[in-house]
Amino acid sequence: MQITMTVNGVSLTRDVEARLLLIHFLRDDLGLTGSHWGCDTSNCGACVVWLDETPVKSCTVLAAMADGRRVRTVEDLALGGRLDPVQQGFAECHGLQCGFCTPGMMMTARWLLDHHPEPSTEEIREALSGQLCRCTGYENIVRSVRWASEHEARELRAGEHGPGQDGAGQHGAGQHGAGQHGAGQHGEGP
Amino acid sequence: MQVPAYVEYEKATSVAHALALLDRFGPEARILAGGHSLIPMMKLRLAQPETLIDINGLSELSYLTVTAGELRIGALTRHAQLLDSGEAARHFAVLHDAEQVIADPVVRNWGTVGGSLCQADPSEDLSAAFAALKATMIIAHPGGTRTVPARDFYTGPYETVVAPGEILTEIRITIRPGGGSAYEKVGRRAGDWPVGAVGSALWLDGSGPDGGGADGGGADGGIIADAGIGLTAVGAPHFAAAGAEEFLRGAPATEESFARAGELAAASCQPVSDQRGPADYKRHLACELTIRSLRRALARARKHGGGAPGGAPQDEG
Repeated sequence: MQITMTVNGVSLTRDVEARLLLIHFLRDDLGLTGSHWGCDTSNCGACVVWLDETPVKSCTVLAAMADGRRVRTVEDLALGGRLDPVQQGFAECHGLQCGFCTPGMMMTARWLLDHHPEPSTEEIREALSGQLCRCTGYENIVRSVRWASEHEARELRAGEHGPGQDGAGQHGAGQHGAGQHGAGQHGEGP
Repeated sequence: MQVPAYVEYEKATSVAHALALLDRFGPEARILAGGHSLIPMMKLRLAQPETLIDINGLSELSYLTVTAGELRIGALTRHAQLLDSGEAARHFAVLHDAEQVIADPVVRNWGTVGGSLCQADPSEDLSAAFAALKATMIIAHPGGTRTVPARDFYTGPYETVVAPGEILTEIRITIRPGGGSAYEKVGRRAGDWPVGAVGSALWLDGSGPDGGGADGGGADGGIIADAGIGLTAVGAPHFAAAGAEEFLRGAPATEESFARAGELAAASCQPVSDQRGPADYKRHLACELTIRSLRRALARARKHGGGAPGGAPQDEG
């Protein structure tokens, strides 16, 4: 069957089998290997991408179900070569060890901060509660999201009080132009 | 690597179209909503439909409204939408309580209320919540619609009264004054299925004390006009404890009444030992969680007096 969707700002059409899972479509058909294929049972959240405006577990969504919708993957987080504050946070706070859970963690974290710019630690933990880090690096992951939240608040204040910061920190859905399609440049562990 | 077996796929554009597709592709066709139960089942070959009929585009099935004294929930409403609904929480706090502990936030973004109900897992949280609230299910078929009480919706584990060629379209709950409700769940870890869980709803007699507790009925005051107790994962017939409800009707809203209701509820269950826990522990949970949920439901009902709908979760005493 033929499906058409917008992935990271780029509209594309492909022929797929109806049973193809979105995670395999992204990784194998499009080469977007930043999203990871983990537990295959919608438990671990390594495969989290955005479907339209919301994070979903792409191992439990058919590619066909994304037909006519927008998909956003971790490859779309950085804007014009500049890391998203969430990505910066993970780098600053050692939010990743093996890096396998990182893309999913960051996609959910980005969504959280878009909707709740200043979440409490409890809210961060709740938002990420469907995602597993087998390195058990949760403390630093939460710290990374907090760093991004505080960084964006600072940027926002700086933007309000002076010129220069043209809306940095505002990474709302759909504000991105054509995304990068380079495979796995971000979100992979060291 | 787990992938579903070969399957045909059709995208429905309306309920009528979905019904026509079901008719065309026959009993081996399955409705695909969020897919968060069906797709894992297909990966494991526990489900092997020949055709999937995708209803995710049917915005006509995605809504939460209060109409004609009822809360009406479209079957395609995502769990996250129900959780975020202030109106649903204001009238029926048990729904908000339950949604907070169903799976995890990302799964709730895409999984649907109707999909969960039609999956009919014997540990499904919403089945207990809707049983407690004595909800009504609306099922569409080619000739129109029919209504089924929530407690008659299930014919067995993973089986419902929704026949081939039919679609669950809506859940309705009558809003009655003097009500309060709550959900209590024990699970092994965040986002897991319950070891045991109980939803309770209480409606206090409107002529009774306005939350004052001065009546001779008991230390907690108030007379219970009606009660609903829904249990899941503990082998409760129809996800409910009819005997305990019968006992509570007309009884004073006291700790003693709740303790007896807990005993009756537990006695009516037939839990089985499995990897989530032994049967006797689940029976203990059925009793204890019945008491706890009744206690919270009462606090919410009294908070809002006899005339107002049940309290929002954050308002509990």
